[in-house]
Parts: sequence; C-alpha cells; structure tokens
Amino acid sequence: MKKVTIHITLKQGVLDPQGQAIQTSLNNLGFAEVEEVRTGKSIELLLENRENMDSRITEMCDKLLANPVIEDYRFEVEEAVRT
Amino acid sequence: MLSTADISPKKIEQDQLYRDMGLSDEEYDKVKNILKRRPNFTETGIFSVMWSEHCSYKTSKPLLKQFPSAARHVLQGPGEGAGVIDIGDNQAVVFKVESHNHPSAVEPYQGAATGVGGIIRDVFSMGAHPVALMNSLRFGNLTTDRVKYLFQEVVHGIAGYGNCVGVPTVGGEVQFDDCYEGNPLVNAMCVGLIDHDDIQIGVAAGIGNTIIYAGAPTGRDGIHGATFASDDLTDDLDQDRPSVQVGDPFMEKLLIEACLEVIQTDAVVGMQDMGAAGLTSSASEMASKAGTGIDMDLDRVPQREQNMNAYELMLSESQERMLLVVKQGREQEIIDVFTKYGLQAVAVGEVTGEKTFLLRQHAEIVADIPVDALAEEAPVYHMPSKEAAYVKTFQQMDMTIPQVDHHGGMLKQLLQQPTIASKEYVYDQYDSMVQTNTVVRPGSDAAVIRIKGTNKALAITTDCNSRYIYLDPETGGQIAVAEAARNIVCSGARPLGLTDGLNFGNPTNPEVFWQMEKSVEGMSEAARTLETPVISGNVSLYNQANGQSIFPTPIVGMVGLLESLEHLTPNLFQEPGDLIYIIGETQAEFGGSELQNIVRGKYEGKAPWIDLQVEAKRQKQLLAAIQQGLVRSAHDLAEGGLGVALAESVFNGKGIGLNVEIFGDPTVALFSESQSRFLVSINPGHKERFEAAVKDARQIGTVNGTGEFIVRANDKLLIEEDVQTLHDLWKGAIPCLLK
Amino acid sequence: MKFAVVVFPGSNCDRDMYHAVSQLAGTEAELVWYEHTNLESYDAILLPGGFSYGDYLRSGAIASTSNVIQQVKAHAEQGKPVLGVCNGFQILLEARLLPGAMLSNYNLSFMCHQEALVVHHNGTPFTTDYKKGEVIHMPIAHGEGNYVCDDATLAALKTNNQIVFTYNNNPNGSVGDIAGVINREGNVLGMMPHPERAMENLLGSDDGRRLFQSLIENWRDVYALNS
Repeated sequence: MKKVTIHITLKQGVLDPQGQAIQTSLNNLGFAEVEEVRTGKSIELLLENRENMDSRITEMCDKLLANPVIEDYRFEVEEAVRT
Repeated sequence: MLSTADISPKKIEQDQLYRDMGLSDEEYDKVKNILKRRPNFTETGIFSVMWSEHCSYKTSKPLLKQFPSAARHVLQGPGEGAGVIDIGDNQAVVFKVESHNHPSAVEPYQGAATGVGGIIRDVFSMGAHPVALMNSLRFGNLTTDRVKYLFQEVVHGIAGYGNCVGVPTVGGEVQFDDCYEGNPLVNAMCVGLIDHDDIQIGVAAGIGNTIIYAGAPTGRDGIHGATFASDDLTDDLDQDRPSVQVGDPFMEKLLIEACLEVIQTDAVVGMQDMGAAGLTSSASEMASKAGTGIDMDLDRVPQREQNMNAYELMLSESQERMLLVVKQGREQEIIDVFTKYGLQAVAVGEVTGEKTFLLRQHAEIVADIPVDALAEEAPVYHMPSKEAAYVKTFQQMDMTIPQVDHHGGMLKQLLQQPTIASKEYVYDQYDSMVQTNTVVRPGSDAAVIRIKGTNKALAITTDCNSRYIYLDPETGGQIAVAEAARNIVCSGARPLGLTDGLNFGNPTNPEVFWQMEKSVEGMSEAARTLETPVISGNVSLYNQANGQSIFPTPIVGMVGLLESLEHLTPNLFQEPGDLIYIIGETQAEFGGSELQNIVRGKYEGKAPWIDLQVEAKRQKQLLAAIQQGLVRSAHDLAEGGLGVALAESVFNGKGIGLNVEIFGDPTVALFSESQSRFLVSINPGHKERFEAAVKDARQIGTVNGTGEFIVRANDKLLIEEDVQTLHDLWKGAIPCLLK
Repeated sequence: MKFAVVVFPGSNCDRDMYHAVSQLAGTEAELVWYEHTNLESYDAILLPGGFSYGDYLRSGAIASTSNVIQQVKAHAEQGKPVLGVCNGFQILLEARLLPGAMLSNYNLSFMCHQEALVVHHNGTPFTTDYKKGEVIHMPIAHGEGNYVCDDATLAALKTNNQIVFTYNNNPNGSVGDIAGVINREGNVLGMMPHPERAMENLLGSDDGRRLFQSLIENWRDVYALNS
C-alpha cells in the first residue's frame, strides 16, 4: 500500500482572501513576522501499488483534484499499511 | 468511558457510575425496580438519555401542560416531530422551533449547522416539504473576541447548512445582552407545507412490520449529547468537544428528497428523525406511541467506525439519519428509493407485540427494557419554586424617566445598539430566496412566503424580549406572545399558532423554576386570548455559564396566514404625503428598555404593562383595516420605542423622510417601550375610513419626499436629521463592532 | 421548444428553474436526473444552481465529471443553447465549457441579495430582448462567485465580445466585474445571478423573464428557418 498526500494551493498571483484574513489575524495576535499566508488543502489517498503510479496521480490531479486554472499541486508518496 | 462498555452491572451500582451518565440515585433505583435486576452498561446509558430533560421533559412537563394546544384548526399538537395547522384547500402548515445552545457554545459552526439540520428533519419526518427557516439567536455584547467569534461562526454555520439544503432562511432575530456571553442561544425554526393526506407520524405500528434505518452511517459523534445538553457549561469547554456532532447538509438534502418520495408510497407506516439520543429515542418513542415493541439487530446498523459497541450505537447522535417503519414485504421498494439518491437504507429490526425494547448484537441480547419505562414512565419532577428576590425589589422601584439631553443624538445611539441595528450582515449570508416564494425577505417584522398555486401566503416571525421576562416573567411571557402576534398582523396575516423555544437556567434553582412557571403562565394566557395555540416546542435548561443564568428566554415562533396576497403590508413607509399614525397609548415605561440600558447600564424596575384584551382588540382592528385596503404600511413598536420605529420606517432607500409632531415629555413619547402599539401609514384618501376602523389611532405626522427626519415636540423643533445619516449609522453598526 | 433542467444530487434550484421555464416562460420543460444518458430530444439544456455533490472539493468539480456533462458537451457542439446558473455556471467552468474559474467571494461569506447588472452584450441568443447597456436586477446567492481568469483570457473575452453581464457594484471581487460569460461560439452561457428568481415583480424583479423569452424566440426563428 502507498499513502499519497496531495497538497493543493492557489497559484501564485491568484488572490487568496482566506490567506490574507489569516495573516491579518496572526499579525494582530502579535506574530508580526508573518509576511504572507497562502491557504490550500491536502488530500490523502491510500492506494495499491501499481505501475505508472506517479503519472496516474498526476492524471487524478489534473482531471479532478485540482483546478489548473487557479491551483497548483504537488504530492508525496510513502509506504503505508492497511488499517 | 467509551472503552468501558463491558463494565459489569454490579460495578455500575457499586461505583455509582450511573451518576456520570446523568442518572440520580433515585432514578437508578427506579430503573432497578422496573427491570427487577441491575441494568447493564448499555441499558444504563439508554435510561440516562431517555430520562434526561432533553428527551423526557421531566422538570418542564407539568408546566407545558398549561399551554393551550387544541383548536379546531390544529391537526397535530405537541408530541410529534412538529405541530400541524390546517390552512384550507386541503393544505396544512407544519412547524417547530428547536434549540442547539450547548453544542453551539462549544463548537459554534457545527453546533448551529446541526441545529438547522435537526429541525428540518423534524419537519420532513412529518411528510412536509420544508419551505422556510428562521433563527432566533442571543449572544453576549460584541465586545470580546470570543463573543464575536461565536456570533460569526454561528451565522456561518446556519448559512453553511441552510443554503446547501435548499430551504430559504427567511428571517429571525438576533439580540445581544451580557447574560448570554458564556451561553449563547441558537434556536432554529422550520416551517413546512403539507397536503392533509400526506401527514406522517412517528409510530411503530403493525406487528411484523420492518424497521428501516436510512441515511448516514453511525459514528461515535455526539455520544451523550442529550445529557450534555442538560448540563451546566463550564469554562473548560475544550473537554466537552468530543460530544459535538458534525453535519453534512448534502446528505440531508438527499435525505429530504428520498423521504418525501417514499411517503408517496403507502408502504411507510411511520417515520422519525434520529435526533437527540439517536437510535434510542427514535425507536423507543415510535414503539411507545404505537403500544408495540421493537426487536433490533445492531449488527445491521450501518457503521462508520470500527468496533462500535451497543452503548455507542444506541447513543450516537450522528446526523442525517432517519428511522422508518415499513409494511412487511414492501422493504425493497423503499430501499430502492434511498439507493437512487445514493443513500444507505437497511432493515435493522421489526415491530413486535411484546412492548419490549429488545436489542441484539453479536447474537447476544444487549438490552431488554419495557418500552413504556423509557418514555411514559420517565420520572416527572415538581420542582420547588420561589419568587425571585430581585423581582420583588424591581416591582417596588419608582419609575423615573432616564435623562436625555439630546434626543437626536440619543436616537442615533439607539440605532447603533446591536439589538436594534440592521442585521443585514447576518441575513445577507443566508439564501433567503431559494424555492422562489419569498415575498418579504429578512429584515421585516415578519417574513412572508407565498404558497404557489394559491393566492395565499404565510407570515412567519420569531420574537422574545427576555429583558421584560427577567424583570417580570409573567408579564414578559405575555408580551413575548403578543409581540410575535403583532409582527404577524403588521404583515397583513392572521396569527394561526405558535411554537415555543423555552430557554432557561438551572431548574433546580427554585428562583429559576419560578421564572419558568411564571413565564409559561403568561405565555399561556396570551396564547389563549390571542387564539394562537401552542402546537410544538422545545425546552432547553441549564443555560448558564460560570454560575450565571441567562435571562429567561422563551422564544416564540409564530406563523400566520394571509388569506390573499392583496393584504400584504410592508413595514416601511411608502409614499410622500401619506399620513403617519400611532395606535395605542404611551406611558412612561422604561423598565427593560433599550434607553435604560444605555443610560443606566442595566435593566431594572417594572416591565411594561400589558392588557391582553386591549392587545387582541387592536390587533383585530388593525388586521381588519389592512384587509379593507386602508393601510399602506404597518410596523410594531418594540425596542427603542416610537423613535426607533419611525427611523426604521423611512429606511426604504427611496429618499423619503418624515415630519412628526409629538406632545408631552419627549423622552417618553419617543423612547418609552409601552406595549400594544403600532406605527401605521395610510393614503390620505383613506383618513376617515381608517380612523373609524381603528379606534385608538392618532395621527402624528406625514411622510415627506425630502429625506429629512423632522420631529417637533410641543411646537418646538426637537430632531432634524438626514435620513441617509441615520440609515448609515444603523446599517454600519454591526460590521463596525466586528472589526 | 423543450428544455431539460439537469438535476444533480445536491442541486437545489432545479425546481425553481423548472417552474420559471414551464410555468412562467410558458414552454415545455423536464427535470432530468443526472444519470440520464440521452439529451438529444431537448432543444436547450439548463444547469441549475445549488450545491451539486455538496460542492465538496470545489464548487461544480464533481458534477463536471459526470456522464451527463459529456452529453451536455455533445449538445453544445451541435450549437444548441446551454445555460448554467450559479452552481450550473461553476460546473460549466469546471467542465471547461467556459474559460476561467471561481474563487470564494472576496469577503469569504456567502451573499444573497438583489444586484444591478449591466447587459454588456445583447447579441447572444439569451439576451436579444434586452437593450445593450441596460441595467437589470436579479438576485445573487453564492459563496464562490468571484470569477477569475488570467489576463490573456480576459483580453480574449473582451475582444470576442464574450462578457454578457457585468455587475454594477461588484459584490464578490470578480475580475472585470464579470457576472456572466458566453463561449466563443455564442451558445453556452454561464452566469452567477439567478434569472429564474427574477420572474415576478411580487418577488422583487421580473427582469429574468426576457432571458428565457429571448431563448425561445431565437429558437423559433432558427427552427422556422430550418423547416
């Protein structure tokens, strides 16, 4: 089994109002060093080992999980056992 | 506690573990007597939730009996998912209010969201199409970050759920007082429409019929929510967090569609939401009402998590679940409908003739309880009651008129009080228009939704000024009902009935119980006089934080019928040249008023006086005048008195203003909160007919087209303001406080 | 003329759209469950608002992968009209039938109220009954209506006259105040405001009627030409 963690973020240049709100809040709480916040989401997949795994995951991201018009993604693969 | 499900019955007794689950020593003994043995862990849990206040109303039952609930047009009174009132043409309106206070204090987004989900299920479990949602919210003043967070997240939660399920949130009210700081109130009301033939009730009738579980699988969320709802909230909220359920409005939307489709078959015998105390209360109540028993196999219950024991399965408050009783042999067609919507539906048991609540898991019997013991034989307590000492003091206080130096300045200050200020920040986040029936949107005294295919409409409101009830529970209770009815009448509708959301502090405190008793008395009297039977409701007790009780807050949700859309009447003034009238007398009454709060910083003294006969007469006269087409706008006078009502009435964005003349003490005339008063505008051509129809009406001015707000007192200029300025202050107050 | 109103799990403006078209605009319409595989018998396809599949992942994303959307694409390729409103617009974007994407409203809150719109382009089959530059009123009700696209796409939208409606007072942060765009071929329109909620003055506006009337009239003209 593999565990795949996909990180999806808004593309650089796309306005991220949620990130801005979080940044303002952190600054207000005294964390003045925070200069930028970008939000996103992470999706975890548990999948069986298979050939061409990386290209299949890329396809999943392009077809559904991320919207290439506004989002970037990257993913990590690690070993996993079925729980 | 979750891992201890195999604790022996003996240990439960010896170590008094039942106390942690919410049973008293006496109640535990009563359980032993009923079973004639010690209850096991699962059974102890089942008794504790079924005998909690939330499910059994054990302390409030004696009071609730006072409510008038019968009338010729009432098709279903309290005791079912929701009450039902006939509106003619073979149609009926179904409604109920429910609180979700404690979950919202702990996790405001999910607490509020699941509150909305639960009340919608109560309505469609009756077979009705949910057509409108209302919310009645109370928070502390918007001065601390915690309160702002609670307020914003509760609103987001209501929006997140209500918008997705496609039921318009058409109104409600939000009020702010310090007493709600640690214990906000989140009461949601749902209104449904139904054809008479489609009315379903939650009964497990017909021996041999099948129990079907439908909707979301069961997880460990919300275990002991019902008893949790009846506990005091402490500062240590984080510890309570695992009890909060998470809602899935998408699932709910599918569940609504599927349930309304299955009731069109004649295979469904009964249907009930799995609300508080989940599978336990829905199954046992359905059996109890039918005089039957239930035999259920928990291994067949859809489960979201591994290794759930019987205790967890029975007490889980996972959301978006329904229990149906289906005619034997007709199961598959019902299951097929749920499958079409991608929902699980599983036969989990059958109706038996033995009046026992029998549960099996892993081929063993895990609970065997007489059905009636859980519902009908639940303990009922007659709590000691004592007149609250502070009330006596208040009754003896002399009423002085608060000092006001600049009436224009005071009006501006009042318009910015969060309880009075525009709630657009809140309702703009709600989809108030889906279903395309919303004729009067949020922001009015009452929302109005038309009934497609007819020329009729429903007016809906929620109301409760808890400050008056705090000062004088009986009078305050009367006012709460009267004011709700006033809102309905102002929209052009005839009040049909009400649902009550009773929110109080700790009932074991005799002074709190006295508040409950007296306010219920007051509400009952008003409901009788105004002919608005109480058809459903909810009780939420132990609303206190760190030892401080909330003001007694029995929220009134009321529904009225517009016989014709031609009777539809706005709150706001419409045309320059129209004549402005006040209906009713004004006395120097400032107890519990917004002005008192500003000037004195507290609420004290007597609540405003009310004569229910006068109230009823005025409402009837005004409604008759509206129905004769004599009234252009009508608005009830509430918080902030005439001054605030006048200002609100010109905020229509059409550039209108007013010229008004008042006499006597200007502070009294403008800011007293005397009851049974209305502000009305009429076409000048209707002057004579209107004055003949409404006896207590007195002309005080005219609507102008200049956008100026001019009030003269005793022949001298008192207030001269620009309507736009007043409007901007009123509209901007809450966003400003949230910054 | 026969309209299909496609119903996804979680659609919640489907009945409103159906009511608007069949009862108020007075043409034939059917509610079509998303598993339906053949849309050939319909002359126009309407994708209504709501929260298809709960709008989990991204608004409209999961619905855009459904089989019925393949049918919609085929229908669009034949030049037949497709209208996506609110969630329907989001689905059209996710399905790449229209350019751009949606972000959360700039204030991160859902918003529901009447908005003033400018009819930017009245040469589409959806807008011939409006005047160019006319200000009309329709409700909006969305949490993710903040239309975004890159500069090149925006320039192309302008050059090709694809911007159909703009907001008079941009409520959500949309680039170029865009409230509705059409594809280059001019038969697939996506818009955030709800014309089906603006059919009766009783509810605040009847400016949406002319959108459906335009569609029906233009279809009649084309139909008359072809037959």
